Amino acid sequence: MVNESTMLKLAVCVKAVPDPNKADQVKIDPVTKTLNRVKIPLVINSLDKHSLEAALQLKARLGAAITVISMGPSEATSVVGECLAYGADLGYLLCDDAFAGADAYATAYTLACAIKKLGPFDVVFCGRESSDGATEWVGPELATFLDWPVITMVKEIIECSTSEWIVRASIDGGYRVVKVALPVVLTVTRELNSPRALSFSSILKARNKTITVLNIKDLDISEENVGLKGSPTIVSELTCLNNTRVCEFIEGTTEEKAEALIHVLVSKGVLK
Amino acid sequence: MNREHGPVLVIAEQVDGHIQPVSLQLIGHARKLADGLGSQLEVVLLGENISALYPLLIAAGADRVYIGDHPAFRTYHPQVYITTIVENTQRYKPEIILVGSTFMGRELAPLLAARLGTGLTAHCIELELDEKKNLVQKIPAYGGLMSIICPERRPQMATVAQGVFPFPRMDTTRDGEIVNIEAPEIISSPLEILKIVREEPRGVSLESAKTVVAGGAGVGDNEGWKLVAELAELLNAGLGSTRPAVDAGWTGIETMIGQSGKMVKPELYIGIGLSGEQQHMVGVIGAKVMVAINNDPKSPVFKRVDLGIVADCKEFIPVFINEYKKYKEME
Repeated sequence: MVNESTMLKLAVCVKAVPDPNKADQVKIDPVTKTLNRVKIPLVINSLDKHSLEAALQLKARLGAAITVISMGPSEATSVVGECLAYGADLGYLLCDDAFAGADAYATAYTLACAIKKLGPFDVVFCGRESSDGATEWVGPELATFLDWPVITMVKEIIECSTSEWIVRASIDGGYRVVKVALPVVLTVTRELNSPRALSFSSILKARNKTITVLNIKDLDISEENVGLKGSPTIVSELTCLNNTRVCEFIEGTTEEKAEALIHVLVSKGVLK
Repeated sequence: MNREHGPVLVIAEQVDGHIQPVSLQLIGHARKLADGLGSQLEVVLLGENISALYPLLIAAGADRVYIGDHPAFRTYHPQVYITTIVENTQRYKPEIILVGSTFMGRELAPLLAARLGTGLTAHCIELELDEKKNLVQKIPAYGGLMSIICPERRPQMATVAQGVFPFPRMDTTRDGEIVNIEAPEIISSPLEILKIVREEPRGVSLESAKTVVAGGAGVGDNEGWKLVAELAELLNAGLGSTRPAVDAGWTGIETMIGQSGKMVKPELYIGIGLSGEQQHMVGVIGAKVMVAINNDPKSPVFKRVDLGIVADCKEFIPVFINEYKKYKEME
């Protein structure tokens, strides 16, 4: 039996992002200068699946309580629900008009407030980056607001107990092995695991789980610190790039194309 | 408005006593920003046995160098580095802080930004001052460039990848002030670095490759990716990728080219099964001749290259490899 008091308490931060396959339809709202995602279906950020998988594996191995937290519009409910179907225990959506337009700083602040309220947690998992923002900032900034350590780009959990973990994390051209006393924020890479597929029976089981929506009052935070108002950075302008290259198509059969391409590249002095 | 601007600060980085190329490139560009602001350029560098490095930083353009030379700084430790940087570099209230998009920079910059309560823009490809002397930080987005500013808080912070800015002209006659950073008090930290391992790089280095072969989602599967890798090896080329190819698990993140990956400047770039996403294409802007191979004649990538082949890559690459081998035999 798993002892409740020594069971790991894990939080997984997930982001509902515009479907990357349709991301080229995303437009900028000229008034708020934030992304207009109205017509793009939202999916779970792909790296966040690896975060969730890490938590699910720990739950199976050691016993753990998994809380999924997402900040987003009401459409993001489905993404939290998906995480519950995978096996997370509790799901929270931080949803309020005041949260809209947040940059990484305001997002990290809002998540930190939720984590303080919903905790205590031993480990908070974040994907290293999101497919839409791609800043990598939320994990480290969240850790700073919590006054916890962070380890970024974790690709292996080597040892874990309820007090101390040892992980392997990427660095330029190699890796580092880090020991950390909990609590900690970890940002994860794809190498950490292979996320499982969702089974029909788990979807059915998750139907009874509820998703709790928390607004700015529930979190007891000031409007000044969240959303567009709480964001130090703003988008000031969008510009187009001029394409200076003109494409010459090489026609013919596959063999003719290959031969002609070699000929052109050799004559331009870029192929030997 | 305060007319006096604080300094521009570059967080430099060394690995095993070698200054990182991006640090010198950042100093070169930061010099222009500091001159534009009428302010000073400061550089902070932490490490062990690094006294040989500070003349480089001054020659590259620094007015003031904060040097921390101590065993405690030998390798990057987040708490030790952040505490030291905050305690030693905030006296003159930096207007701008620039950090390289290295592993260390990607972790240190957001820790520092949150600690200083300010904004941070990721992996910029242009940094310039507007008429109000705000730092305009440009990143590729939605087929163009998105300008980001941090109008009310200071410092304004940005990360920049290696290769975005050129190396500065080194002027060894320049003078600069050296400020020694004392060894930190023992900083109690829940985090301990047990081991750092640097692996031997495999294949041709992307940054210095004369030829780069890059694949994207249109490569299709692992089999398709093997063909791309085979072509790269045959041409003695650096193997590059787009984010979707990395996301598909065909290749590692170290091969990713673009805004949040590597910047390359080859003589020849061959992009295979990729759509010409801005985030990727900004990484190859400096290529001399660009080729795209894509089965969709309407793919936007063909607007970004010099030579286009409309073909299925799985059919085309083996034929090309064969034709190239024939050409080499005839030579």
